[in-house]
Order: sequence, then structure tokens, then C-alpha cells
Amino acid sequence: MALDQLVMTKFGAGAGEEMILNMGPQHPSTHGVINFVVHADGEVMKKAVPQVGYLHRALEKIGEIVTYPGFMPYTDRIDYLAAMFANEGYALAVEKLMGIQIPPRAQYLRAISCELNRIASHLISIGSMAMDIGAVTPFPYALRERESINDLLEALCGARLTYNYHRIGGVAFDMAQDWMPLCHKWLDHFDRILDEWDRLISFNEIFVERLAGLAVIPLPMAIDYGLVGPNLRASGMDFDLRKVHHYGAYPDFDFKVPIGKAYAGAHRGGVVGDCFDRFYCRVLECRESVSIVRQALNKFPGGEFMAKVPRKIKPEAGEAQSRIESARGEMAYYVVSDGGERAYRVRARTGSFLAMGIIEEASKGLMIADLVALIASLDVVAPEIDR
Amino acid sequence: MPALSFENIHQILTKQFGEAIGPLQPAKRDPFCTFAPARLVEICRFLKGQPELSFDFLEDLTATDHPKQNLIRIVYHFYSYPHRHLFIAKVEVNRQQAELDSVESVWKAANWLEREVYDLFGVRFTGHTDLRRILMPDDWVGHPLRKDYSEAGGYRDISNVRDNPLDLYLSMDRQLKAQQAAPEPAASPAPPAEHQPAEKPPAKTGA
Repeated sequence: MALDQLVMTKFGAGAGEEMILNMGPQHPSTHGVINFVVHADGEVMKKAVPQVGYLHRALEKIGEIVTYPGFMPYTDRIDYLAAMFANEGYALAVEKLMGIQIPPRAQYLRAISCELNRIASHLISIGSMAMDIGAVTPFPYALRERESINDLLEALCGARLTYNYHRIGGVAFDMAQDWMPLCHKWLDHFDRILDEWDRLISFNEIFVERLAGLAVIPLPMAIDYGLVGPNLRASGMDFDLRKVHHYGAYPDFDFKVPIGKAYAGAHRGGVVGDCFDRFYCRVLECRESVSIVRQALNKFPGGEFMAKVPRKIKPEAGEAQSRIESARGEMAYYVVSDGGERAYRVRARTGSFLAMGIIEEASKGLMIADLVALIASLDVVAPEIDR
Repeated sequence: MPALSFENIHQILTKQFGEAIGPLQPAKRDPFCTFAPARLVEICRFLKGQPELSFDFLEDLTATDHPKQNLIRIVYHFYSYPHRHLFIAKVEVNRQQAELDSVESVWKAANWLEREVYDLFGVRFTGHTDLRRILMPDDWVGHPLRKDYSEAGGYRDISNVRDNPLDLYLSMDRQLKAQQAAPEPAASPAPPAEHQPAEKPPAKTGA
């Protein structure tokens, strides 16, 4: 049945009136300053067109103006919920350009800080997703755990949100002596919290029913639109850059890659690639990240935490791209050097940017109330879109 | 099927398209080759459709500006999920009439990526379904990531320049030093002249 007919029979809007509704830029469930121009007929959307750019801070232009190490604090601002990944991606790109090998201890510190940051970012994502569709209670629970991670990361690198921790050639500080027991203690605590989280919201019948079969993104469509990370894996693609491209310390760890399997269950109308799969993949990824941090702490090597790096960072002319698995999927930095102290071009390819690109297509035929669930399930972060 | 190396992919492409494929550039870290702009869409269809290549993922599409050579280079990063191999290609367009065929018909991801390149570099993609600015406002003048871009000084009467607050303090400082340096009776004309600019801004705002 064609969409228009469906609208008429199911919701009786009938007249085919198109109403244009602006959602945002200042709206609590758009996850930042984004505007959606919703073309709706009654309660059903014909499409929702995202308008982005409100948070454009010209970071790529700044990358051409400041020196190579000087750009590191700016990368934090690309994605403030998962700043470690932005640090790591940029550091890896410049290291690749200069041919620097970083010591194992630095690689482990990077992996530990990144995985803790991934948990923090996913907690915000799954917590705010529950809140966006009406379950307010879980969000403070998620925030509470995220606060502990912030404390841990503060003890590791001195900052709670914009870390500026990774350096070209390693990391800024070594782990403090009493940090490891603190982290172990928190990981043991967090295992229980994840079980509690499942009882609280993941297996809540109302919540699962609400998200089952909603805004399904089939795999070919996800690939075509360039979805990455948990969004792509929820559509059934077994692909994780940590597994496939073995960067950093990740080859040393044993972990699973959660992919979408219609977790909501066929009897509730669950389909691979629906909103619940995107939600639950993130919950499962938190478990894997806990396991990675634990393994990294157990195998933590000695040695230097910083490679020998020339005082003036001046890569030879050339270009390099680094790809890492950020909390929002593949983050790629493309750095071009002309042999000077400043980059000729810095490009950050982020997961949220193309996740927004799919919304116009994926929102067709959804109810207006479901748009919020779709945005939340794609886990877009406005500064990462706009850079 | 196994992942192919850069050289192998380049060989396959050269065999198929001949002179439209440039030589493999031994760049310092990531190698790349150039595509002839006229046959870009055809080559991209081949990259996606050929079973041994199957580049189903347009990983990145961006550009670099080279005013000295009067060129903008559009950079394509292709990735294949089935084979897990990567290929990088560049297409050169003239800076003055920057125009290129859109690859949106091959990968939908190109829609937003090309809009971004249009917005920030001013490359027009022919055949694009929705070529609007994406990050900058629709009535913005200029393309900010071009190397010769200079700011217009404001946007819709919102100035992006301001008086440096340090100027006031510096002039006060100079004035103080001049007073201390000069002997008491010497009411030389120099300190009042220094004094003038410091008082000007308040006078302006008062008027």
C-alpha cells in the first residue's frame, strides 16, 4: 500500500494536507543544536529534513592555522562525549605521517582511556534514549555511573570532559600508582550495574515494545548511506575496526563484536536494524569494553609512555589517513602535510555527520513521536556533525 | 575473495579504463591515483559493481585546495566491506570553474559529503539532487576552506571584529610611563597626545 493511502486509511488524515513543523534548533530531544523541518500529514511524517551547522566552529580551518600538537585540544571539541577517540584518531594520523611507533605502555593507556570513554558515551546514549521516549528514571542511573568514569578519567589525566590526554607519540601522563585498584574496583561494581540496567530498562516490556520494529534500517541502505559503528552493526554487519584493522593495543585483547539480531524478538515485531537493536548493541558494547579494560589492566606493560618525538613536529610532505572505532563508529582523520609546521589540510570524518544524512530517508512514514526515538537511536552528537 | 593491494586495484582499473586512470602516486604514507573527471561516475560504478572490487562504502569524500596550481583536488576514500580493502583516488578540477559530476547515484552517502565540499570549497556537483550549503548559512559569501578565503568582517550586521581590549590598557600603560619619565613641570605635548586615543572609544560610545 502506498504511503499516502496508508496514512488515509490508518490515521484518517485523508485530506493530504502537509504541515511543516520546525523541531529545534532548541529542543531537548534533538541531542544538541539541530533543526528538523518535519513535513507531516497529521501525525505521520512525509519526511524530516535535518538542518545542521549551528555548531560549526571551523575546526578543520583551525587545523590549518595552528601547529600539529596545537590542534590536539581542538579535537576534544569535535565530540565532547567521546573526546578520547578524537584525540587518538588525530594522534594516529600524525604518527602515521611521521612514521612514529608508540611504546606498548602508551598503547595500553590509550586503549584503557578510550574504552572507559566509550562506556561513558554509551551510557549517555542509552540513558538519554530511554528518557527521550518517556522513561525518565534510567537516565540519572546512567549519569551516576558516568560520573564515576569521569572521576576515574580525571584521576588519570586531570580532565573530566575535554581530556587532551593523547599526544603525538604517546599519552600526556603515566598512570598513577593507586589508579589500577580504583579502576578494578569500579569495573567489578559496573558489572552489577549492567545487570541492574538490563532489569531496569533493557528488558522492560513497555520499552522493548515501543522500540521493536521501529525505524528499521536494512543493511544495504545502512552501507549506502555510510552508517558506521554501532548503527551499522545493529543492521547486521559484523565489522569493527578494532578487530579488522588491529590498531593500537587491540590485537592483544579478546572481545566480541555485538551485532544486531532482532533482540526485541520476532513475536514483538523485532527486526534486525530496528531502534531496539541499536539500543541493545550499545548495552552489549559496554560489557565488551569492561572486559577490554580488565584485560588491559591485567596485561599492563612497563616501559615508557611516550615515544621519542622531535621537539618540532614537522612531518615530511605527504598525506595519511587514520581510521579508528569511536563510540559513534568510524572516525577518520585525513591529514595532508606540505613539510611545514602546520598541516596543509586536516579533515575529520565523523560518524554522526552521515548518520544525520540517513534521517531524511529513514523518517519517511514514521510518526512524529518516533522521530525522537530514531534520532536518539542513531546517537548523533551535534558538535560532531558540525565540527 | 582476498583483499587486493593498492597496486592490484590500480592494475585492474588501468586495464579497464586506460588513460583515464593516472599513475599510482608513491605518496609518503598513503598511495593514491588520479581519475579523469569526465569518466568519474563510470569508474565509480565499476568500482562498486565489479565483484572482485565491490567498493560498497564511500568512506570519505573531501577536497584540498591548491591555489598555486589553480586546482582543487577532490579526494575519495573507497572501502570494501566484503573484501576489506581500501582505495584512494583524487580528481582534479579547475579552481575558477570548479565543477564535477556527482557520484550520488552510486553511493547515497555522497549526498551529504558533496554538499559539504560544495559549501566549504565551492565545487559544484552536477547531477546532485539537493546541492545546498550545509554547514554555513545559505546566504554566506565565499567558501571558507579555500586557502585564499578571507572573512567578510561580519554576517547580517553581526560584526566578527571587535576592538582589542588590550589596546586601552596598553595606552594607559604608555601614558603612565610617560608621566613617570617626564619631570614634573614639563607639561610636554607628548603625553596628552598619547592620552587622546585612550579616551576616544568612551567618547564614541557616549555619542
